[in-house]
Amino acid sequence: MTDLYQSQRAMRNKRSAAMQRGVIAVLDVGSWKIACFVLRFDGPSDFAESDGIGSMAGQSRFRVIGAATTRSRGVRFGEIDAMHETERAIRTAVQAAQKMANVRVDHVIVCFSGARPRSYGLAGRVELHDGTVSDNCVARVLSSCDVPDYGPDREILHAQPVNFAVDHRSGLSDPREQAGNSLSVDMHMLSVDRTPIENLLYCIKRCDLELAGLASSAYASGIASLVEDEQELGAACIDLGGGSTGLSIFIKKHMIYADTVRMGGDHVTSDISQGLQVPMSTAERIKTFYGGVQATGMDDREMIDLSSDTGDWEHDRRSVSRSEVIGVMRPRLEETLEEVRALLDAAGFDHLPSQRIVLTGGGSQLPGLDGLATKILGQQVRLGRPLRVQGLPQSVTGPSFASAVGTCLFAAHPQDEWWDFDVPVDSYPARSLKRAVRWFKDNW
Amino acid sequence: MRSLRPRKRSMPQHDPAPSRVAYRLNRLWLTPHFRRFLRFGLPVLCVLTAFAVFVSDQERVDGLVDRMVELRRSVEERPEFMVNLMAIDGASADLAVDIREVVPVDLPRSSFDLDLEAMRQQVESLDAVRSAKLSVKSGGVLQVDVTERVPAVVWRSPDGLELLDAEGHRVAALDSRKSRPDLMLIAGEGADHAVAEALALAHAAAPVHDRMIGLIRVAEHRWDIVLDRGQRIMLPERSPRVALDRVMALNGVQDLLARDLVRVDFRNPKRPILRLGADALAALEAESTNEDKRNSN
Ligand SMILES: Nc1ncnc2c1ncn2[C@@H]1O[C@H](COP(=O)(O)OP(=O)(O)O)[C@@H](O)[C@H]1O
Ligand SMILES: [Mg+2]
Repeated sequence: MTDLYQSQRAMRNKRSAAMQRGVIAVLDVGSWKIACFVLRFDGPSDFAESDGIGSMAGQSRFRVIGAATTRSRGVRFGEIDAMHETERAIRTAVQAAQKMANVRVDHVIVCFSGARPRSYGLAGRVELHDGTVSDNCVARVLSSCDVPDYGPDREILHAQPVNFAVDHRSGLSDPREQAGNSLSVDMHMLSVDRTPIENLLYCIKRCDLELAGLASSAYASGIASLVEDEQELGAACIDLGGGSTGLSIFIKKHMIYADTVRMGGDHVTSDISQGLQVPMSTAERIKTFYGGVQATGMDDREMIDLSSDTGDWEHDRRSVSRSEVIGVMRPRLEETLEEVRALLDAAGFDHLPSQRIVLTGGGSQLPGLDGLATKILGQQVRLGRPLRVQGLPQSVTGPSFASAVGTCLFAAHPQDEWWDFDVPVDSYPARSLKRAVRWFKDNW
Repeated sequence: MRSLRPRKRSMPQHDPAPSRVAYRLNRLWLTPHFRRFLRFGLPVLCVLTAFAVFVSDQERVDGLVDRMVELRRSVEERPEFMVNLMAIDGASADLAVDIREVVPVDLPRSSFDLDLEAMRQQVESLDAVRSAKLSVKSGGVLQVDVTERVPAVVWRSPDGLELLDAEGHRVAALDSRKSRPDLMLIAGEGADHAVAEALALAHAAAPVHDRMIGLIRVAEHRWDIVLDRGQRIMLPERSPRVALDRVMALNGVQDLLARDLVRVDFRNPKRPILRLGADALAALEAESTNEDKRNSN
């Protein structure tokens, strides 16, 4: 675990170097599009965070000065599949964003959606020796968490203290200076497969960029599209992407659960392509222009030409009704949402005090999807757009960019992670002797 | 199934991804330091290198210098700038010859090559020239305006006869006194330094002008006026004019100088001394013996 601690710390150092330089790039590697924003930091932030211990990693106001997106290539299920293709796509996006910003960026914070995230709830508890909680106590309690065996080929992406408790007073976001006898913590830890991360690192490196942070796109979409009280009282964010659908659950302004369903808008498109015997590009066009989830009587009469170029007269002059298209799309969407529902159930979403669900991501733009989601998920569902960010061009404010905008927030106002706290002094060998002495004194 | 005809553009098939090299160059271009270097440093560097390469080859430098000189020449030697003629105004024929001799320019010559100031100094170095003004006139004429020195006295100097102007400056040598009988003669060492005084005295001595032979500077500090018949008026060093005026007044009233006097010594104006000629002295002696005789009688 110290290994990971060191590498995450190294990324934090790169991030502060980038803050010093004033620019950083944010890269959203989705399976449909790759978006790159260039942020300019405008000096320290003046908004006081109330969640968590505070800006351990330093916060900053920022402005988007460059934005570019490109069609993603070589990414499947949110994981890099064909490295060189993806590398080229990343290069395209980064270069275009740099051009718009007219500045060169060296540091990048990346969010990605795949890599099979898995959430763990960790708990830790320490006795307080001097009756109040000090910084060192916080560090100690964090490292006292019993880390589960998350598997040999996995990495930890996020490890955020969610809740502190001093004695029996729970729900503290900042326990420092509180009096009590014991301090306990609940931590949310998200682990992901190592190979996709390594692939991503390789691509980033090939683009001469330095990685200054990694975020899960489910988490990023959540912080970008859930409003403050949804984050506070409990809500889920569903990011319907191209190759995967991300799910994140928030409460008390912290993510407590994240997962992905390896299905998304692209599967709907390929269903259309197979069902209607049209190329993928036509299927995509049909989906975005005529797609829907609820067929009405009028849709039976709305005919869609499936013009193609095979040379077969019959084949080239077919047409389908909109209801048929909806009929092809709906099962896949239902399946996806059923999977999401299963994940929500597994996460115990029912037990949250409030159960708002926010749909975002490119797929959420299908008309009528919120109705279907309400039917399947059985909760109040709304469509969410990402937060408005200063300097963001109008063309990239849509729900597709929820995770990119969320990564901007993650870059500028990161929530405290376990590696933002110093290693507790007790873990140094010199101190362990001191502890032995103390134990000796306490017991004799 | 793949259609043979190019598909209609419905979805971007391939973004034009930059090659790795293009991407790197682009990033390099966006680096502010590099930009500044390109915009400012590189041109300066290029110019300096070109200059260094050029200068490193002496032959090329010489060639350039030669070409420059040639170009200059070709401009200077355009007929518009050529001086063909020297015109001398205000000088006598002899002096003009001298001037032409002393100004060592062989015309025609470009006006850029003429150093008028040096030439003017050369012309003025001639004794007979009081001042000179040189200018290049249109039509390629070098105009020399000369003011000559006017000889005022003849000085019998240790080296021979010389003409001096009113300021005592040498004008020319003279072969014989007879060639300038109109000018007054002065003599004696240092006489040239007091020409103005000599002229003033000569002017004051106008009544005896036709008898005057000349003025002699004695011991470089005072004047003697020499008249014919061996007469001399010896003037004091200080205010000789006043003394001379007194002599002239005496002369006017008593015809002093018409008498048989050898010296009129005014060196001490309070005690002028007259020295009689031999005849007058004899007459005076005879008269005094007669008187003695009469007295004794
Ligand atoms: N206007 C639209 N209507 C319906 N679906 C859309 C629309 N725009 C994009 N999509 C779908 O959204 C998906 C892309 O979502 P996005 O969040 O951009 O993906 P990713 O995050 O994986 O890059 C694609 O499958 C695309 O077909
Ligand atoms: Mg996305």
